[in-house]
Amino acid sequence: MCLAIPARVVRVDGSKAQVDFGEGVLREVNVTLVEAKVGDYVLVHAGYAIQTVDEKEALETLSLWNEILAAGKQ
Amino acid sequence: MAEKLRFRDPELAKSIAQQIQKLAPKDGTVKLCHVCGTHEWTITHYGLRSLLPKNVEVIAGPGCPVCIVPAAEIDEAVQLAQKGAVVTCFGDALRVPGSEMSLLEAKAAGADVRVVYGVSDAVGMARREQDKEFVFFAMGFETTAPSTAVEALGNPPENFGFLVSHRLIPPAMELLLGVGDLNISGFIAPGHVSAIIGMKPYELFPRVYRMPTVVAGFEPIDVLMAVYMILKQLSEGAARLENEYSRVVKWEGNTRALEVMNKAFAVTGGNWRGIGRLPGSALKLREELAAFDAREKYDVHVAQGKDILLGCECHLVIIGKIKPNECPMFMKACTPTKPVGACMVSSEGTCSVWARSAAT
Ligand code: SF4
Repeated sequence: MCLAIPARVVRVDGSKAQVDFGEGVLREVNVTLVEAKVGDYVLVHAGYAIQTVDEKEALETLSLWNEILAAGKQ
Repeated sequence: MAEKLRFRDPELAKSIAQQIQKLAPKDGTVKLCHVCGTHEWTITHYGLRSLLPKNVEVIAGPGCPVCIVPAAEIDEAVQLAQKGAVVTCFGDALRVPGSEMSLLEAKAAGADVRVVYGVSDAVGMARREQDKEFVFFAMGFETTAPSTAVEALGNPPENFGFLVSHRLIPPAMELLLGVGDLNISGFIAPGHVSAIIGMKPYELFPRVYRMPTVVAGFEPIDVLMAVYMILKQLSEGAARLENEYSRVVKWEGNTRALEVMNKAFAVTGGNWRGIGRLPGSALKLREELAAFDAREKYDVHVAQGKDILLGCECHLVIIGKIKPNECPMFMKACTPTKPVGACMVSSEGTCSVWARSAAT
């Protein structure tokens, strides 16, 4: 039940935002708990955005993983 | 988006598994524990256990917020529904057994019980149907509690009440360390709870208990990485708190969410199904919001319920002491279509995750 799904913010209107879960259908979520701008990815749980996804950190994690992949090939 | 790029990459998974093999101890068993139904789903669904060496075990702790709500609190919801209030709840809560009946059975007997996607939907219904009393059965860990807090602080309508059954994860993790023969060597901490609470509440695990603790996300690679990071710590004889899920989890957590939670709720002791009472593990609405506390508002208080039905081993599954297939009822008398215990009812319950995965 603690699953939260990432969605892209398409429009922000006060405490509400329209987000896209990648299905092309826009859904309304409450964004009072986060600072979300259009284009950000937010994690949505039970109709609430609970955190923004940090794209820079995501890329850093991926490069760390690539190092492991490279180490495994040696 | 980066999130999708490699988080399920089989080649990467194999490579991490190789590193895990190298780090696994030569003798003895290492038992790692996660406390999240979604982690269990990832592990089971992607068959991650089969990628691990035989002596590296990952067990599931109390990670299903629906399963651990005690029967007494289901009984309270049933009583509210029987008294004529419209009880709104998450879909998973419907079939969870109470002492006498579940909310679904109360509904079948004529009570108005409605499934909602989130608390806002419940508040919306109450505003539209002012001639009825509405109650939201607020279950969930720290991931879910902030949304309840926002609605409780946001002037809910007068015909609305909250039956708060939120629970906090760190006290349950601490309990596991006291369970005699469980012998956990490391924690995989739950990513979405941590998105709210941050890293700080886990500091005591390495510091006081010398327990490597890694906060992890929910893609298969995230979980494998967490196993790798814990084994690395163990091989160094170290115990650190590390963050594998830094794309979502900040050290300080979500400070806005923590603030609203703190404003709306006070921390109190709470009963956990199959576990018993844990101090400092539950939330209740603060005095100022007592007018919206369904227990006070409608005078419903059940002190004791029947948590575990005869033959059900949920109390052992919940703390990771046995695996679902070690319960004699698993997939015999107890199946997803005819569940017996809470662990089979909720889609995040360990028994249900195992059952559905075996079926596919
Ligand atoms: S298989 Fe069913 S009866 Fe056995 S522990 Fe799980 S929920 Fe309880």
